[in-house]
Amino acid sequence: MGLLSSSVSITQYQVEGKLPTPVNNSVLEGLKKNIILDIDNESEELVSGWTSFENPYKPGFELSEVSIGTHLVFSLRIDKKSIPSKILKKHYFMEITRRLSETGREFLSKNEKSEIREHVKTVLSLRIPATPNIYDIIWNYEGGQLWFFSNLKSANEEFETLFSKSFKLTLIRVFPFTMAGMLADLSEPEKERLAKLSPTAFMG
Amino acid sequence: MLDISVSYNRYKFIGHEFLTWLWFTIENQPERVKAIDKNLGSLTLGNRIVIENRRNDEVLEAITIKGDDAGLEEGILSLKKGAVVTEINLIQTIGDKIWSYTLKGESFNISSLKTPVVGQVETGDDIEGAVIEKVYLYDQVIELVQKLFKTFIKKRVSDSWPQTVHHIKKWISS
Repeated sequence: MGLLSSSVSITQYQVEGKLPTPVNNSVLEGLKKNIILDIDNESEELVSGWTSFENPYKPGFELSEVSIGTHLVFSLRIDKKSIPSKILKKHYFMEITRRLSETGREFLSKNEKSEIREHVKTVLSLRIPATPNIYDIIWNYEGGQLWFFSNLKSANEEFETLFSKSFKLTLIRVFPFTMAGMLADLSEPEKERLAKLSPTAFMG
Repeated sequence: MLDISVSYNRYKFIGHEFLTWLWFTIENQPERVKAIDKNLGSLTLGNRIVIENRRNDEVLEAITIKGDDAGLEEGILSLKKGAVVTEINLIQTIGDKIWSYTLKGESFNISSLKTPVVGQVETGDDIEGAVIEKVYLYDQVIELVQKLFKTFIKKRVSDSWPQTVHHIKKWISS
């Protein structure tokens, strides 16, 4: 779900730390360093990387595209090849049959079977195109506020890893406890009370 | 400072209490909600609410009430049994503009967020304007949630919290 979709999901983050100046160059450098790579003709099954918000299938980063108003806008792309299990099974058995007939043996060892399974997966991965999933990101650099447009756990985890690798900044998920600590202007005594809270029984 | 995942799990009840307080406040003190954000036209319950009865971290009972004309009696009944609100769909208005979204208590994840309609993006040149407009519209929701939570958490860590709990109990029992 992209940020311009009619219905969106948002996970909120706070970014702590500052990038080396000029900031825009640091951002572009971080994005380019981990740009999405094409795996359609490779044996890899999964890849993730940054891509451009406006042209997610033609990754490249120009400042005019990444910087919109006071925000930085870009996307995370996760490309995954999913080989249907029935296709994998079919090619695995075809390969086993071929190997048995070529060698004249009646059985293959466990190791041989495992090697064949891996070989079949690699061969099929070369033939199957990866399915791209795109998740948009809006980053208010000055305010330290960042929105990731998905609530999907796996996508959020991938984003957190890639962000920290690319920018070497601390990314903090905004949930009730962190919002209370960072964004609610609590005094020190209030923060101490917050840390000691235990659940309220509204009934019973 | 606690590890993030430890604090997420240890204090997820704060988010559930916040949503329970929010339901109570919307139903009983709508003027207080409006006082929290002067720009706000109204904030009402939408078409979905999830209520869970938990013991430690185990969910004993979960009720999802959905539908535009769904009655909330069952929800109140669950609260009577000690349940809390874990997810809520809200309708927010400012002037004649309407937003709807679902807020999850433990994570503050926002889903199914629909903003007032913005102009169609027809050419590449329209994108920048559309992004700026959308960011502004999303910000109205994020800001309101933050203001509401700030009001709640200030109260939650204050000496007046037992009094609020008393009012909530009275509402649940009525």
